[in-house]
Amino acid sequence: MSISKEEVEHIALLARLELSETEKELFARQLGQILEHAGKIEELDTKDVEPTAHALPVVNVFRQDKVGKELDVEEALANAPDREDDSFGVPKI
Amino acid sequence: MDLYKLNIEQASAKLRAKEITSVELTKSILDRIEKIDGQVKAFLFVDKEGALAQAKEADKRLATEKDGPILLGVPVAVKDNICTHGVPTTCASKILNGFVPPYDATVITALKGEGAVVIGKTNLDEFAMGSSTENSEKQVTGNPWDLKRVPGGSSGGSAASVAADEAIGAIGSDTGGSIRQPASFCGVVGLKPTYGLVSRYGLVAFASSLDQIGPLTKSVTDAAIMLQAICGHDTSDSTSLDYQPPNYLDSLKNGIKGLKFGIPKELFGEGCQDEIRDSIQDTIKLIESLGGEVAETSLPTFEYALPAYYIIAPAEASSNLSRFDGVRYGHRAKDAAGMIDSYKKTRAEGFGSEVKRRIMLGTYALSAGYYDAYYGQAQKVRTLIIKEFADAFEKFDLLISPTTPTTAFEIGAKTDDPLQMYLSDVCTIPSNLAGIPAISIPVGLSRGLPVGLQIMGKHFDESTMLSAARALEKEVDFKITPELAG
Repeated sequence: MSISKEEVEHIALLARLELSETEKELFARQLGQILEHAGKIEELDTKDVEPTAHALPVVNVFRQDKVGKELDVEEALANAPDREDDSFGVPKI
Repeated sequence: MDLYKLNIEQASAKLRAKEITSVELTKSILDRIEKIDGQVKAFLFVDKEGALAQAKEADKRLATEKDGPILLGVPVAVKDNICTHGVPTTCASKILNGFVPPYDATVITALKGEGAVVIGKTNLDEFAMGSSTENSEKQVTGNPWDLKRVPGGSSGGSAASVAADEAIGAIGSDTGGSIRQPASFCGVVGLKPTYGLVSRYGLVAFASSLDQIGPLTKSVTDAAIMLQAICGHDTSDSTSLDYQPPNYLDSLKNGIKGLKFGIPKELFGEGCQDEIRDSIQDTIKLIESLGGEVAETSLPTFEYALPAYYIIAPAEASSNLSRFDGVRYGHRAKDAAGMIDSYKKTRAEGFGSEVKRRIMLGTYALSAGYYDAYYGQAQKVRTLIIKEFADAFEKFDLLISPTTPTTAFEIGAKTDDPLQMYLSDVCTIPSNLAGIPAISIPVGLSRGLPVGLQIMGKHFDESTMLSAARALEKEVDFKITPELAG
């Protein structure tokens, strides 16, 4: 199985990744190989099988709607590549 | 005596008996790292000052507390995908260059609360994606038994640091075998707890439904000690379960007699080295001689575990890693033409090859038109694997297999072929998909390289798994003795 260069470019855009021409060729080949191996799961009959998202059933974990001890603004901004006053600075949208 | 050679149990006894101080022990470890880590390259960051300050505090507590925690004053290493307040956390990725977490992961809070001394951060495959630690963007770690070979991965730095006596114990994370596989390659003990037993808060997420933090140690007893310290319910992680853990140290005395062991024949399949098979056969005889019952069994869906994993894990990763966008922390590309371009360039510059490959794979598997065939089907396979485990555990108390199909391979041997690399996790992946606990213990050497036995248990039955592991460890009497020129 192989993936076309156009498909690779489409996926890369969805994933917000800029790829070089070499990477596009490499991933087209390697993703094809990996997906071919992964495609083995299609052999299994799963008609009446429910999907599992989590191995153990944990549902609806609630907490009180109370403010706890959270990061203050300076702590939250300490790692920011760019800031403006109390906000993260970003390039023009 | 060389204090760095001690294990947790021994070090703790000496600290409590006032034979040694935590500062002495910590200095011994720091000297050892200074001397040999240039060769092993297990550490990405050694927090000398912080460690000595923590050791001084521990000594104060040791002077006043009569029955302090077992880990009080004991130096431990931490995989560098676990957040440490004020200490760089890089995930061995360029995208987190310069990132200093403003908080501790819950496991770090727990370890520090016990008085353990956090000495530094260990190398890993970038974002824990890999089986050899070669995917680190920082450095290549050597296997202390043969520096030309890989330590396994992704917790390769943690495993190597323990095997090379550069840490008394360590913690790592395991998504598809990332604690057990390197433990096996480096001849140490590695334990992946039941999903939900240990909080993941502060662990940089790779595949959230599979990730668990666990210990890498010099003995089974040490693994029980560390597990006890880090387990328990945490409201900051909504997948952590509200469960009262038993006393794991007490369960170590229970032995093997009367326990029923199943051997899934699918995990001894093609690709398994003859020497590994022989070594595991010897261990099976040992189990029988100790009064355990062993029988072969079949879990046919295991064949589909690896392919299902390589859909589910990258799918979750592609979603989790979207947070690395150069906005709030880490690397940001310069001279981008607007926001979208900034994301694309930042991620292109910041992520290494394997991480990009998995993000691409995961995005593909989740994209319109392919979701049902790949992700949906993989989740159904997961259901079947869980059911097979449940059926097997009706008949058996524990399941055993080799931890890895081969011993440690040479650096560079599999870097060009991702699929071959993925195959080294074939025995460890099923337990992550099912969320059950599993441990790897060293059971012998093959051509000078350690062989690991994997023992898998029922959900939350770490106790039975640990008692069997401890009984076998006593008989096997494996010595961690890699020869490293200092």
